[in-house]
Amino acid sequence: MFNVSKTYNGEARVDALCDINLHIKKGEFVFIVGPSGAGKSTLARLMIREELPTKGQIMIDGRSIIRMKEREVPYLRRKIGFIFQDFRLLMDRTVYENVAFALEALEVPRSVVRERVPAVLEMVGLGDKLNSYPYQLSGGQQQRVCIARAVVNDPLIIIADEPTGNLDPDTSWGIMSILAAINKRGTTIVTATHDREIVDRMKRRVIALSEGRIVRDDERGAY
Amino acid sequence: MKPSSFSYAIRDALRSLWRNRFMSLASVATVAISLLVLGSAWLLVMNTHHLAKVMESELEINVYLKNEVTREQALALKEQFAAIPGTAEVVFVSREEGLKTLEQRFGKGTDLLEALGGSNPLPDMYRLKALAAEEVPRIAGDAGKIPGVEKVRYGQGFVEKLLSLTRWLRVSGIVAIFAVALAAVFLIATTIRLTVYARRHEVAIMKLVGATNWYIRWPFFLEGMIIGFVGALISVASLYLFYSKLTENIALTISFLPVMTDKQVLFDILKNLLILGTGLGALGSAISLRRFLKI
Repeated sequence: MFNVSKTYNGEARVDALCDINLHIKKGEFVFIVGPSGAGKSTLARLMIREELPTKGQIMIDGRSIIRMKEREVPYLRRKIGFIFQDFRLLMDRTVYENVAFALEALEVPRSVVRERVPAVLEMVGLGDKLNSYPYQLSGGQQQRVCIARAVVNDPLIIIADEPTGNLDPDTSWGIMSILAAINKRGTTIVTATHDREIVDRMKRRVIALSEGRIVRDDERGAY
Repeated sequence: MKPSSFSYAIRDALRSLWRNRFMSLASVATVAISLLVLGSAWLLVMNTHHLAKVMESELEINVYLKNEVTREQALALKEQFAAIPGTAEVVFVSREEGLKTLEQRFGKGTDLLEALGGSNPLPDMYRLKALAAEEVPRIAGDAGKIPGVEKVRYGQGFVEKLLSLTRWLRVSGIVAIFAVALAAVFLIATTIRLTVYARRHEVAIMKLVGATNWYIRWPFFLEGMIIGFVGALISVASLYLFYSKLTENIALTISFLPVMTDKQVLFDILKNLLILGTGLGALGSAISLRRFLKI
C-alpha cells in the first residue's frame, strides 16, 4: 500500500487540515494523535472518501481516490474497514446480522457468510453472543462487534476513529490487543485517538496533529 | 446483481416491513386512502362523461319534407342526406309510419286518421343522427339547404346549452382527476420518505462498508412496491365492492340515471390504480433514498 500525500484547506473557512504529507506503508500500525479539533477525524473521513479534500491527492493501494468515479467508491471502501467511536451498529439486528450485513453488502454468497461470520466473532471473543442484540452488550463488546464487522471482509486497511473513546482503560486495552492481533496478520491499521496511555504502551508509529498540521511523526513513539 | 443478492434484497425488504410494521401499516393505509379518493373521483368523472355521451347520443335531427315531394323523390333524397359529412344514420319515416307512432303515443284503440277527417296531416320525414354531437347544428343547416326540405328541427337552443354543459363537465373532470392524483402522489411520497428517513443510519453504514448504491436501493424498491401494491389492492377491492353495490342500487331505484356499468372500463380504472400504487411506492422510495445515498 502506498498512500496519502495531501493538502486540505478546510470547509467553511475552518482549516481542518493544512498541507498534510503522509506515507503509510503496508502492514504498519499507526496512531494519529492530537487534541480535539486537530483534524484526526477529518483525516479518517478523507481516507474512506466520506469527504473530498479541497486540495491535494490521496493514493490508496496505488490508486487515486480523488479522481475515482462515484461508482468505484464502494469498491474502495471494501478494501477499508472502519471502526467508529460510537460503534454505529444496527440496534434492531443481532450481532450475527450486524457482521453478516457487511459481507452481504459485498454480494458474497450465503454459504461464505455462514462460515466467516462466526469465525470472526470467535476471534474477537464474542463466539457466544451471535444472537444477542447490541443493546444487551457492554460498550467494549459492542466495539468488538464493530471490529468484527470491519475485518470480516479481510480489508487492506483498518481505520479506527477513536475506537476507545467511550471505553474504560481495561476494556480499551482489550480492544487494542485485538487490533494488534489483526495487524500481525498483515492488515494496515490507522487509529485516531487521544488516549495517551494506550499510545505510550503500544510503542508504535505516532503522528501528532495540531491545528491541522503534522507536528511530529515518530517511529515507536509516545503520545 | 447476483441471485444471492436478490434473495438478500427480498429478505431485507420483508424484514424491514415487519420491523417497522406500524410505519408500514401507516404507509399502506395512506396509499389505500389516497387511491380510494383518486379512484372515486375517477369513477365520478367517468360517469359524468358517460352521462354526457348518452345525452348527446340521443340528439337527433328531424328533417320534414315538403308535401309536394312524391314518395319516389323522397326516397331518392336519402343519398343526399347520407352524403352530408358527419351523419351517422339516415332513417326515412313515411307519413304513415309517423301517424302510427303518434297513435301509439295516444294509446291503443285511437283512430287518429278518422279523427282528422281521413287526411294525414303529417309530412314524410327523415331522421338523422350525427357522429359527434357538436356537428348537430351544422348538419341541420346543411340538410335545410337540400331542395325539397320544408323544415329542420333539432332542438335549437337546447342542444347548444347541452353541448357547453358536457364540455364543461369533461374539462373540469380531467382537472379534478389531475388535482387529486397530484395530492395522492404527494401524500404517498411523503409517507414513504418517512420510512426511508427512519432507516437513514442503516443506509449510511451500508455505504461505509462498501455496498453499491444499487444493492442498497433494491430492498427499498421492493418495500415501496409491496406497500404500494397492498395499499392499491385494498383501495381497488373496496372501490369494486362499493361501485358494484352502488350501480345495483341505482338500477333498482333511479333507473333513468344512466350509470356506467361497463365492467371493462371499471377494470381498466382498477388496473391503472394498481399499477399507479405499485409504481408510486417504488418511485417514492427511490427518490427519498437519493439524499441518503450521497455519502
